[in-house]
Amino acid sequence: MPSPGYRREMPQRYRLEAARCKKCGKLFFPPRLVCAGCGSKEFDKTKLSETGTILSHTVIRVAPADFATQVPYAIAIVESDNGVRLTTQVVDCKPEDLEIGKKVKFIFRKLYEEGHTGIICYGYKAVLV
Amino acid sequence: MREVAVVGCGMTKFGELWEKSLRDIFVEAALKAIDDAGVDHIDSMYVGAMTPGLFVGQEHIGVLMADYLGMAPIPAMRVESACCSSGMALRLGLFEISSGYSDIVLVGGVEKMNDGADATYALATAADQEYEVYQGVTFPGLYALIARAHMHRYGTTREQLAAVSVKNHHNGAMNPNAQFQREVTLEQVMNATLVADPLTVLDSSPVSDGAACVVLTSVDFAKQLKVPSVKILGSGAATDTLALHNREDITTLKAVKLSGKAAYKMAGIKPSDIDVAEVHDCFSIAEICIIEELGFTQKGKGGPFTEQGNTALEGKIPVNPSGGLKSKGHPVGATGIAQVVEVVEQLRGNAGKRQVKNAKIGLTQNMGGSGGSSVVHIFTTT
Amino acid sequence: MIGIIGYGSYLPRYRIKVEEIAHQWGRDPVTVKRGLMLNEKTVPGMDEDTITISVAAAKNALKRAGIDPGEIGALYVGSESHPYAVKPSGTVVAEALGAVPNVHIADYEFACKAGTEAMFVAYGLVKADLVKYALAIGADTSQGAPGDALEFSASAGGSAFIFGKEGVIAEVLDTFSYTTDTPDFWRREGAFYPLHGGRFTGEPAYFKHILGAAKAILDKSGYKPADFAYAVFHMPNGKFPLTAGKRLGFTKAQMEPGWIVPLMGNTYSGSSPTGFSATLDIAKPDDLILLVSFGSGAGSDAFIFKMTKRIDEVRDKAEKLKSMLENNRIYLDYGQYAKFRGKIIMNE
Repeated sequence: MPSPGYRREMPQRYRLEAARCKKCGKLFFPPRLVCAGCGSKEFDKTKLSETGTILSHTVIRVAPADFATQVPYAIAIVESDNGVRLTTQVVDCKPEDLEIGKKVKFIFRKLYEEGHTGIICYGYKAVLV
Repeated sequence: MREVAVVGCGMTKFGELWEKSLRDIFVEAALKAIDDAGVDHIDSMYVGAMTPGLFVGQEHIGVLMADYLGMAPIPAMRVESACCSSGMALRLGLFEISSGYSDIVLVGGVEKMNDGADATYALATAADQEYEVYQGVTFPGLYALIARAHMHRYGTTREQLAAVSVKNHHNGAMNPNAQFQREVTLEQVMNATLVADPLTVLDSSPVSDGAACVVLTSVDFAKQLKVPSVKILGSGAATDTLALHNREDITTLKAVKLSGKAAYKMAGIKPSDIDVAEVHDCFSIAEICIIEELGFTQKGKGGPFTEQGNTALEGKIPVNPSGGLKSKGHPVGATGIAQVVEVVEQLRGNAGKRQVKNAKIGLTQNMGGSGGSSVVHIFTTT
Repeated sequence: MIGIIGYGSYLPRYRIKVEEIAHQWGRDPVTVKRGLMLNEKTVPGMDEDTITISVAAAKNALKRAGIDPGEIGALYVGSESHPYAVKPSGTVVAEALGAVPNVHIADYEFACKAGTEAMFVAYGLVKADLVKYALAIGADTSQGAPGDALEFSASAGGSAFIFGKEGVIAEVLDTFSYTTDTPDFWRREGAFYPLHGGRFTGEPAYFKHILGAAKAILDKSGYKPADFAYAVFHMPNGKFPLTAGKRLGFTKAQMEPGWIVPLMGNTYSGSSPTGFSATLDIAKPDDLILLVSFGSGAGSDAFIFKMTKRIDEVRDKAEKLKSMLENNRIYLDYGQYAKFRGKIIMNE
């Protein structure tokens, strides 16, 4: 993806930075301008916990162009231990090893390369613990 | 607020229409609808399309279509809500007529997906770019995540998912406009190539070209036209979080539930009053969730309800007599109005071999992305 | 006291056995294994590279150091497989760790000794009081040309070391660098695989510089081999480091904990640093450790470390090398290995 957008997302993709609504305590990843729970505009900076639980999972076997050589790869909806959900790949395991309820931890990996000459895009993924 | 009627409808065949361009197919469908309505002019038009820009490099298609229909200078605009673009367009046409602002409005939808664009990439723009697509998830992947959670929580089986595709192909085989006019078996669906576990290619609607249009007028004007018309009783729309992982419950399509409720309320009817429905089966699991959210069966029971034949043509509540998105095809922007065309023809008694007996009240439900938007309309015979 | 206050390593879980590569090229696996003293090597996953390995190793180092990454004043990544030809690996690592923006970054390159190079500079900056903490990483995902001897050993992995003055676990007692211009192994810009001078990489390159640096640091410091608990040498294969150590007067027992190449392969800039990390996992307070790297081109960096009591408090705070080497291995066949390593010609 083009550099300006890529750079803006680094606090989330590289460091899992999130925001907690000061008024109602709802956690947002990524951070937002307005709390979708109570409408407040004031937030505290925080981070996602390093581990989470699988809520659902699948194996992508037909992928978009940037991910074509990586199939099959597993994707899961994970709820971090501090209560926020995200969608992430689960790697270094057999896809059959995933089950709803299993624990994962977040790691830093490469997502894709913009061909041979574009930038390399990094971010979070998960592995089973 | 005046009551609104659908007085004319028309659609192209859905499929890989190599010989016809984006503008060709919309004009074809529009001319059929206008001819069917017998009107001699249009006051304004709405064109639903998800992303003609990414598919064929063309935006500004409200203007394009008005121009190519020879209808400039009438007001024309494109409406977008991912895969429910034309369902939402119908809502706008409904408001324009019922408010009294216009008398005759053309509402259509079109998508030209087979002109060489990266369709997976284009469709993925309906999901959360930074937090879903960036991770490598696809639309089949998102629905597979819903399917797996639904199967885990409610015991929905692989066979029950397949039953949706089998039923829809059975219906589509009788639809001369359908992309696929052949039956499939449970075994074929379950053993087809996996796209995103547990969904196979036969659980998934295809990539298609096609267009569909309807002409709306007030109910009073419709009486003057003396064409078989159908009244719009209710309309409801709703949104939910864009990213699937942010939903309150990933097995519940809340936008579908709320858009359904709003439509039922406006129409003054209950789910059990519906005689025929066209719903958004972009993937087999979608139909199962949708019939639960629309109140045709209880939450979690969509699988067995389908397996037992309740949504078949002869069943308690026939769903997707046209063949649904699976068999009829899913040119994304056109689907919403194509659903309306089917329900209108059902209520007029024109559905041939697919005719649902005594269909008096019909429902269309059109959805965007992984359920971020949904729009429901309810129709009745006049 | 100046030295290492935190250390950590990371090895990918994927492996390929020497037999698998030998069969691919019609070689006899028995003689290959005997000659190189290697069993298997690590292979980076398709989503791993020097940057992701560096981040993982550095996070383990931070766990042991117990410091706020924002206090890192300098961060250096030494590798011969930096993902970009122009754009530092260090900036991505620093951003991922949260060490930005008040930090000095530089990438280092010197074949297999880029890691110890980074360590030398990190140590120097702390010693000069220019920064409070400096992080040095040696990591690689080196390529071996198909069918070449180096394909059996070129592997992936890395280690990270945080230098500082507070909370030292391994004090730096002495350093010595020995360098000449010796073109024994090189890669030109645009070439995908490196080339090497065959037997020229032995005596005139590896042994000359390792022995040169080792003898010089022993002379300078006044220590004898028997004074050391452990010695770690660069490991291009299993044989060379044992031969070098023996020639210097070290016993096999002294080299054993750091001699991890039979299962790891040669992680190039991560090689001797990771052997050193494995040694730190078991070293006791007051142990002396000799570390001598070698990088083709050519040169060696030598260090003498003395362990402090604090090693006992921190070594268990992150995963140890033995565990990474032996647990949860995923074996690949040659086809999967070639795909992972980008050795298959694809359509653009």
